[in-house]
Amino acid sequence: MERLRSIIRPVASVPLARHLVVALVAFVVAMAVIGSSSQYLQTRYAEMAYFAIAAGGLTLLTGLSGQLSLGHGALMAVGAYAATLVLERTGGETLADVFVALLVAIAVCAVVGVVVGVPAARLHGPYIAGATLTLAVAVPRLANQWEVFGGEQGLQVSVPRATDLPAWIQDLVWFFTAVEIDQYSFLAYLGWLLLAITFVALANLSRSRVGRRWRAVRDDDVSAELAGIHLGRARVVAFTVSAMAAGLAGGLMAMNVRLTAPGAFTITLSLTLLAAVVLGGLGSLTGALIGAGVLAFLPKFATDLGESVGLSATQAAEVTPVVYGLVLMLVILLAPAGIVGSLRTFLARSPLGSTKEKTT
Amino acid sequence: MPGTGHDVQASPLFAVEGVSVRFGGVRALEDVSLEVAPHEVLGVIGPNGAGKTTLFNVVCGFVSPAEGELRLRGEKIHALRPHQLAGHGIARTLQGLGLFERMTVLDNVMVGADRLARAGFVRGLLGIGHRDDARLAAKAREVLGELGIESYAARYPGSLPYPIRKKVALARALVAEPELLLLDEPASGLSAEEMTELGEIITGLTERTAVMLVEHHMDLVMSVCHRITVLDFGRVIAAGTPDEIRNDPAVLAAYLGDQVEHDDAAEVHALTVAEEA
Ligand SMILES: Nc1ncnc2c1ncn2[C@@H]1O[C@H](COP(=O)(O)OP(=O)(O)O)[C@@H](O)[C@H]1O
Ligand SMILES: [Mg+2]
Repeated sequence: MERLRSIIRPVASVPLARHLVVALVAFVVAMAVIGSSSQYLQTRYAEMAYFAIAAGGLTLLTGLSGQLSLGHGALMAVGAYAATLVLERTGGETLADVFVALLVAIAVCAVVGVVVGVPAARLHGPYIAGATLTLAVAVPRLANQWEVFGGEQGLQVSVPRATDLPAWIQDLVWFFTAVEIDQYSFLAYLGWLLLAITFVALANLSRSRVGRRWRAVRDDDVSAELAGIHLGRARVVAFTVSAMAAGLAGGLMAMNVRLTAPGAFTITLSLTLLAAVVLGGLGSLTGALIGAGVLAFLPKFATDLGESVGLSATQAAEVTPVVYGLVLMLVILLAPAGIVGSLRTFLARSPLGSTKEKTT
Repeated sequence: MPGTGHDVQASPLFAVEGVSVRFGGVRALEDVSLEVAPHEVLGVIGPNGAGKTTLFNVVCGFVSPAEGELRLRGEKIHALRPHQLAGHGIARTLQGLGLFERMTVLDNVMVGADRLARAGFVRGLLGIGHRDDARLAAKAREVLGELGIESYAARYPGSLPYPIRKKVALARALVAEPELLLLDEPASGLSAEEMTELGEIITGLTERTAVMLVEHHMDLVMSVCHRITVLDFGRVIAAGTPDEIRNDPAVLAAYLGDQVEHDDAAEVHALTVAEEA
């Protein structure tokens, strides 16, 4: 017991080690689940992964640095178009093409994040919401205007075929899951791998001096300033980090949907992401993951529900937004701190739980 | 006179020279000058609306003066932005405390120590800044310990009694190792006993920092300050040692002429009590 503790202690005290262990365990579990799922579910898991990446960035921005963004759907669009255009040039036949495309998506969104973040950092409350809303409205329009973006129809996205992947990856997947990798599981594994890496980075930031500065700026800007924190810089850094997460999410979304078109990135996407973050609990990465799960699986749940009460398939599909709105309203009414926030309060009150604050 | 064992040195650490501030028609400060020596406690008193908080706001860069300048260690400091203050060794507590309510007491104080942090963004992203963080945390705990509130480190400020909250705010300012500490009404809302303790704390602080103290409670001001500057309607009407101020007719007149305001009735009372003592 004492030995075990002496091994665990250094791991628990180093944020990187702690977050890596959690992420690794989560990724292995995710691989096992994905490997044994149907194609339909694999697609949902892949969707959950990219929604979670975007929601993770957004929850840090909103929950930690106290800035609201109604434009994260648009940032996903920027990432999606960037990745799509890169894949178009490179052919998108190898894993390297995929990573280059995603890196470019992240880089382009970092630039957009700074450009939008600098003026947004000066704004507060409804004004920053307005500024990011402009982004949400303008980006799909721009995509529609220019020839390179494929207009209304959008652009096809090419991704490598599972059989073209390096042999060691195919072997590794087979070794872990006892199932051959295919197009659907490949995208789900890729999504969850990147999700794990992103969440480790975001959790590290949140636990670090950077996250502490964000919280300080959120709680009391005058005191934060007196402590030597440059308010604008702290806000822009937060905005840029979350824009980069949105860019990665957008790139992954493009590869999953296989078509990048303006219609996928309406203001609804931005609002849905925000809803996922509120649902899970502002500032909580676990909450963002739960919220993303709801986003990915609720449509099917709602449709099933609709059909079970005797609606036609098309009618049932219309039910989704209503169910979504109801779930959100219920959470806001019953658990205003979000699912994770409320659980934490509940655990802290019960004699079983510890009062230790956690971020991840 | 408070005996700190420190000689108040002649060359000033900080100087305000001919500062004037106007808010529309209101002359909040008019040609105000004062000096703070290293390790000195300088009291700034005056009736409500005299311009004390405005003076602090000028020092902190929240308000830019129409005229005048500030000097730190003899050097002009030009239009310092608030976030640059900590780097220059100036810390301030706010009249309204301004604690970070959704952060623990320890995190509150660690933010105060931010200027001493070395781990930047990259180390934060990679999650390898924990050594640096541990150093800050140790420092924060040390200051909390000095003020006798280390046991509250893991608590959130909202759940703490007001006097403890005030100490948290003080710890957050102190942990930055300032050379000049601005305290805006640190005694408001404290009991007589707590005020005595505060007086001892402030006197003890002079070992490491100079203090500018804005305060309404005259007995505290008289007992801890080396020198006092009195403001009225934005002007300096008197400056000197506590003994000199106590017997200054202009000061008495300013306070007596201001009896209308509730807060100041207490001040007049305190002043006369201090005079009798
Ligand atoms: N931001 C401001 N805008 C307009 N008037 C102000 C502002 N801050 C202070 N004042 C005015 O300046 C004068 C000095 O105020 P203040 O410095 O708060 O006084 P004190 O702290 O001594 O009570 C008062 O008349 C006050 O109303
Ligand atoms: Mg005041």
